[in-house]
Amino acid sequence: MALIKNGQSADNVWRTLADKESVPSDGPVIISLKRWTEEKPWLKGRNAPLGIFLQADQPPAIIEDDLDRFEIVALEFPTFRDGRAYSYARLLRERFGYKGEIRAVGDVLRDQLSFMQRCGIDSFEVADDAPIDQWVKAIDEISVVYQPATDARQTALEKRRSA
Amino acid sequence: MYAYDSFDQKLVDERVEQYRDQVARRLSGELTEEQFRPLRLMNGLYLQLHAYMLRVSIPYGTLSSTQMRKLAHIAKVYDKGYGHFTTRQNIQYNWPKLEETPDLLAELAEVEMHAIQTSGNSFRNTTSDQYAGAAADELDDPRIYCEIIRQWSTLHPEFSFLPRKFKIAVTASETDRAAIKVHDIGIQMVRDDDGTMGFHIMVGGGLGRSPFIGRTIRNFVDEKHLLSYLEAILRVYNQLGRRDNIYKARIKILVHERGIEEFTRLVEEEWAQIKNSALDLPPEEVARIRAHFAPPPYETLATVSSALEAKRFEDKGFAAWVRTNVKPHKQPGYAIADISLKPIGKPPGDATDDQMDLVADLADQYSFGEIRVTHEQNLALVDVKQDDLYVLWEALKDAELATPNLGLISDIIACPGLDYCNLANARSIPISEQISKRFEDLDKQHNIGDLKIKISGCINACGHHHVGHIGILGVDRKGEEYYQITLGGSADENASVGKIVGPSFSYDEVVNAVDTLVATYLELRDGENEPFLAAYRRLGETPFKEALYGTN
Repeated sequence: MALIKNGQSADNVWRTLADKESVPSDGPVIISLKRWTEEKPWLKGRNAPLGIFLQADQPPAIIEDDLDRFEIVALEFPTFRDGRAYSYARLLRERFGYKGEIRAVGDVLRDQLSFMQRCGIDSFEVADDAPIDQWVKAIDEISVVYQPATDARQTALEKRRSA
Repeated sequence: MYAYDSFDQKLVDERVEQYRDQVARRLSGELTEEQFRPLRLMNGLYLQLHAYMLRVSIPYGTLSSTQMRKLAHIAKVYDKGYGHFTTRQNIQYNWPKLEETPDLLAELAEVEMHAIQTSGNSFRNTTSDQYAGAAADELDDPRIYCEIIRQWSTLHPEFSFLPRKFKIAVTASETDRAAIKVHDIGIQMVRDDDGTMGFHIMVGGGLGRSPFIGRTIRNFVDEKHLLSYLEAILRVYNQLGRRDNIYKARIKILVHERGIEEFTRLVEEEWAQIKNSALDLPPEEVARIRAHFAPPPYETLATVSSALEAKRFEDKGFAAWVRTNVKPHKQPGYAIADISLKPIGKPPGDATDDQMDLVADLADQYSFGEIRVTHEQNLALVDVKQDDLYVLWEALKDAELATPNLGLISDIIACPGLDYCNLANARSIPISEQISKRFEDLDKQHNIGDLKIKISGCINACGHHHVGHIGILGVDRKGEEYYQITLGGSADENASVGKIVGPSFSYDEVVNAVDTLVATYLELRDGENEPFLAAYRRLGETPFKEALYGTN
């Protein structure tokens, strides 16, 4: 899979581990919630970058107290229609104060990147053959936003007030 | 009415270009139909039985004459000379060509219109009282808040992929003309004990295959916190609404399954976190929008127009029209004039390009250039001088727009049905046409009085059959069209869901069945002042059932 991060093509340094694979003692890996729940004591002390993958039915409140252990939270979009993770991303940023990377994984459409970015998602896993430059361009196709969200974009209301 | 500022305009212009690129990718083959589908559905473009259908948004049913002329132009240039006004106060075109739709939308953008979110699992057009601003019984103009909600709900980053579509309606009158209790969120403007204006919020109403009447979730939300409260409801729904079954995905099912108490608790908990945030409505922004809805420059007139009274006396046809199609106005000497899009024997809600142009001209001449679309698929000019009603009526009559049948048996709501829609089990429009022909005699219609018939061609209930006084639902029985009849539904402030009266009727039988129900009502009513619904509520279903199916 190719990766778009901070508005450009990027290398993926993270390896997502299946539950049957063992966790290497070093190197950045993304693990499942199941693994985290079962192996938390030793994983907490593991001296290498750790990330967590949350399925669409696993709200981040479950790991609220452990968030500082993760450098990345990968949110699943099982189909493009499943929009739960938009709320999860906002809660991670706005309620739990999460500062690490939030990655969209799964059925991610080019025309959704802008919404995702507004909700605080900063990297997107996309198909290898995706024309990255055009996908990146799509993020800013609509420059006017009405709603306050996680990103720093000025809303139409704020622009009206400062005009 | 609201006029775009540079930000509103830019968003719509950029959306047209984004869509143009999406269509180009589809036409070049870069996108498959499967990949294009979610994109076109974000923009109101459906693939129907015969062709694409494009639904254009008419926010809270308010149009300027300029916009109406553009809709007429589009009907002429991009369609077969007509458009179809819908129960969401929108308009649909049934024959646009895919490759022409970007230009069509660019033309709409020229007059501050668009097709954003007229389909898809997101916020749909926020609807309102079609008489807003003119109704004698309203607390405030609900469109001010509809416009605020329109902006907040347009391309919302968090809520564009909800479990299912989401419909909000706002009214400011005790008499509910916006059917707020059958909406995902229904908002009633109210005053609290101190006289402060605010909002009574209902949630979880809806039709479809499981009809529910909305429940109160909060008696009072003040203006400042309206959007944070709505956002709290949506955030709970977006996370917890069912996504495993599209028939159970609407918020009404979540509210029903969790119970209103538990759902309310979750929303209140979320609201406590986001109340007093950037979502707070600044008074000056409300004032900016309110200014757009300032009353037009009314003349000072006598309460009763003697010209009107004289013409009513002289002309029986005019008197009949005034009786059903003219409503009282808050301003002395003015009236609200309903324009029927239900001529006898024609599809409900259709208008030709010539009719649209005429209505635009009449709006300029007699109603400050503004037109309303009603959720019952009619139009209205809401600021007409009583003195002008007669000339207005004459002009409408010549264009088949003056059928005096508002609220009567031939003022039917019907979905497009099997003639157009690929979800339908049965035809709706021909049933509607036959009923209106059967009761063509206007004296007879007036004698029957208030009677709302609503027809859906399938269980998705786009024709609102659950809330028809007489509801008709098309079903499929071994490949044949059958029609199930429900009685006692209503979408007003005393909303109720109709009850199935018995086994369904064939295509050939159903109009006779309606006739039988009407005859039974006429026989049993407690005088002319007891309308059908009241009689049904008093008598119960038994006499109607016996009349239809015989005694056992």
